[in-house]
Amino acid sequence: MILLTQDAIDYHALTESVRSPNSGAVVLFLGTVREMTGGRRTVALDYEGYPEMAQAKLAELETAARERWPIDRVGIVHRLGHLELGEISVAVAVSCPHRQQAFEAGKFLIDELKVSVPIWKKENWDDGSTEWVHPSGELPPPV
Amino acid sequence: MLTVKLFAKARDLVGSPIIQIPWSDGDTVGRLKLALSERHPSLLPLVPRLLVAVNNDYAPDSLKVRTSDEVACFPPVSGG
Repeated sequence: MILLTQDAIDYHALTESVRSPNSGAVVLFLGTVREMTGGRRTVALDYEGYPEMAQAKLAELETAARERWPIDRVGIVHRLGHLELGEISVAVAVSCPHRQQAFEAGKFLIDELKVSVPIWKKENWDDGSTEWVHPSGELPPPV
Repeated sequence: MLTVKLFAKARDLVGSPIIQIPWSDGDTVGRLKLALSERHPSLLPLVPRLLVAVNNDYAPDSLKVRTSDEVACFPPVSGG
C-alpha cells in the first residue's frame, strides 16, 4: 500500500497490513518531527508534495525493492501538511521471510524515498521564521 | 504555451503554483530552465539546482518537451 495523507499515520494498522504467515520478519521505520537541527529549535514542519509524481516514484521504489529482496508485503505512508513536534511524517513497513532481508529492504525504501520522491519540508523555527529544506543535490539517480 | 507547475520554494519565489512559458514543441528542458531564469529572475538562486519533471519522471536537459506534456519544476526534495 502506498499512500499520501493529511491525516495522522496509523502505524499499527500499517504494520498489521504487511504481516503474513509467509514472513518471519517485519520491519517498521517511522520518521518523526525532530526538535533540534544544527543547534536550531524546530516548533513544527510543513510538508508539501507533488502527489501524482510522488505516487509514481513510490511505486517505482517498491518495484525496485522487490527486484532485490524477497519481499512479501510493503506499506509506505507519507504525511503532508502541518506537523507538530514528535508527530510521524513517514512510515515504511516491510515483511520478508528473514530479518536481514527486511532490514535491508526497509533501509533502501526510506533512503531512496528521501532522495527521489517529490516531497518537501519547511521548517518553522522557534524564532518565528520559516525555511524550506532543500538539500544540495544533483538529479536523483535512476533506481 | 507550456504549462509548468511549481512546488515548494520555487512556487514561493515566483508567487504562483502554475506558470505559462511561450513554447515550441521540441524545445528542451535546458531551454525551459533558461526561459524560467529570464522570465522569473526571482528563481535565479534556485536554477542551478532546479529539477524538472516531465510526465511524472525526472528529465535531463536534453529531453524535448511538448505543450501536451505535464511539466513541473522544483528544488531538490526533502521528504521523509
